[in-house]
Amino acid sequence: MGNKPKVAFFDFACCEGCQLQVANMGEMLLDVLGAIDVVEFREVMSEKWDQDYDVAIIEGSITTPHAIERIKKIRERSKVLIAYGSCATIGGVNGMKNNYSLEDIRKSVYGKDFKFFETVPTQSVPQTVKVDYLIHGCPVYIPEVVKVLKAVLAGLPYTVPDHAVCVECKLNENVCHYQRGITCLGPITRAGCNSWCINNGNICYGCRGMVSNPNQNGAIDVIKKFKIPIDLIKNKMNMYNKCRENDKSGK
Amino acid sequence: MENSQRNVSVNVEYLTRVEGHGNIVVDVKNGELKTCELRIVEAPRFFEGMLRGRSIFEAQHITSRICGICACGHTLASIQAAEDAIGLKPSKQTTEFRKFLLHMENLDSHLLHIYLLVAPDLLGVKSFVPLINSHNTVVRRALRMKKICNDVCDVLVGRHIHPISSIVGGFTKLPREKDLDTMLSLLYDMRKDMEATVELAATLKFPAFERDTEYVGLVSDDAEYPMLIGDVGSTDGVRMNKKDYKKITNEFVVPHSSAKHCKLSRESYAAGALARFNLNANKLHPNARKVADAIGLKPKCTNPYLNTAAQLVECVHSLEDGIRILEGFKKTGVDLKEEITVGLNENGAIKVKAGNGVGAVEVPRGILFHNYEVDDKGIILKANCIIPTGQNCNNIEHDMKKLVPEILDKSDDEITLALEMLVRAYDPCISCSAHFLDVKFVNR
Repeated sequence: MGNKPKVAFFDFACCEGCQLQVANMGEMLLDVLGAIDVVEFREVMSEKWDQDYDVAIIEGSITTPHAIERIKKIRERSKVLIAYGSCATIGGVNGMKNNYSLEDIRKSVYGKDFKFFETVPTQSVPQTVKVDYLIHGCPVYIPEVVKVLKAVLAGLPYTVPDHAVCVECKLNENVCHYQRGITCLGPITRAGCNSWCINNGNICYGCRGMVSNPNQNGAIDVIKKFKIPIDLIKNKMNMYNKCRENDKSGK
Repeated sequence: MENSQRNVSVNVEYLTRVEGHGNIVVDVKNGELKTCELRIVEAPRFFEGMLRGRSIFEAQHITSRICGICACGHTLASIQAAEDAIGLKPSKQTTEFRKFLLHMENLDSHLLHIYLLVAPDLLGVKSFVPLINSHNTVVRRALRMKKICNDVCDVLVGRHIHPISSIVGGFTKLPREKDLDTMLSLLYDMRKDMEATVELAATLKFPAFERDTEYVGLVSDDAEYPMLIGDVGSTDGVRMNKKDYKKITNEFVVPHSSAKHCKLSRESYAAGALARFNLNANKLHPNARKVADAIGLKPKCTNPYLNTAAQLVECVHSLEDGIRILEGFKKTGVDLKEEITVGLNENGAIKVKAGNGVGAVEVPRGILFHNYEVDDKGIILKANCIIPTGQNCNNIEHDMKKLVPEILDKSDDEITLALEMLVRAYDPCISCSAHFLDVKFVNR
């Protein structure tokens, strides 16, 4: 296997669906595997690796003290670290836990045994260690995964699109949900998924995180025009983006 | 050394080739089994807690994120519970497409398990990666078949992992004539590969081991192999309405471990492909029954390693019954007027009332229960999900307790492998099991 980069997959709190997206590439997966040397991938391999990694791909959110230590150790051993999927990049659905106090949420699920569970407020991978590449999405969008992997192998940076999902949605000629009386998070969510959910008749839930500079005045106009209750929008934004509150800048 | 003096200590940390994180701990002193546990060490994610305060129309979107492998199964159990809670009856067309979606997920998940997770053990390698060179056509076939399941789901629900268009009330997008043709031609293409899969599986040797247990799954009075709709039944003769699911699972805490275990009529029960086969084998598609006959699988089969064989039989069933459903729609056409636009039901397209609903759906690893209590605005007050792997955990431990004394004459490595293979045979999906305690905390 010679000089091919040594790549490892690690999973933290998540559904492991983003790893599975890789298996869903079909035979194209063999081309990817031809360019890299996968040295650790617990879900599909029994092999383990004790040296440094050229590339570590991290799936899942950081939710326990043990996980914080583990991700720090992986970071030390990795030349390049990729946060892979929304749970890793922005905290994702695991962030909803932060809507409740830790004691309350633990009691609600585990009753009187709740103290057996160590847990900390959900944080994303970039909120815990330095990250070199971000692949957003719940789940990740395979064409973007391939694009990022190519950039990593070529040693080039990858810039996540910072315009709204609406741009892609318009190009796909979807009727705007707001025109149909439905709220959608497309206007404030980062593009790059080719408006996947809206193309299939659903709304955007904001799984790729928010654009860095959302059009706030435009949003206020829309909220007023369509008489949208502010709590409804806030609640929707909390589904994937609750962990933003951990950022010191408040961005 | 005599088995009666044998000491064995097995400690498999982070069992590989399963979904999620689990450890196996076995301790034998002087031939006597002291400890035999499957410890679940997955970081808890508190889904049931997070659901409180959210709209019933969001539940499916959130709970599909419990598991990447059975995202469609969680979706359908969640929708069934939600519709039951607010008193909504899905149309016949919606029900048929949902059954089809379950078939595709069953097929996809079983193929992943048979080819990528189990076959390496039976071929004596550590993962499918070495098979890329030694068994290239097999690996290519596995990936091709998996991709077909995925491509079909792309057409029907936008994607397989976290499906988009399947929601409470029906589908936000329904397949057009050309979509039906695309899906059918993909599935017709898969038949050749399925034949080759059956041939390959017939050559695989599964370990010999028997332990009689109770098998639990959906049962019904009609001729259909029940996956989406039915009562809950067992091979010990239990039959109950799904609303009584708590009387089926009887979750309890055991002294040696705080992991919640389940039992019904005896010390433990099993759910999954083998349970379904044992309960409903006579309702399988004729082609699937032929495969069962060819590989010598008969109900009631009590070798847990053969869960993988039952999965193979179900693969044939899901493919053929899936084709049957689509061919039916080719004849009758799809009523596109049933396409729904509900968003989060902001425009009140679906009537909501307070209630308590249960979903009981057969997903690849066994019967899955979702239960929601909602207020008159459809806001979730309480949620409960009982996952097949959680139900199987107790049964796996009882299997291990019987197996270990029977194989004490083998080497430590062989014992470890036999135990790993046993756990893997259940195809455990530990990241789903949001419900477990880590045993190591208990003994402190």
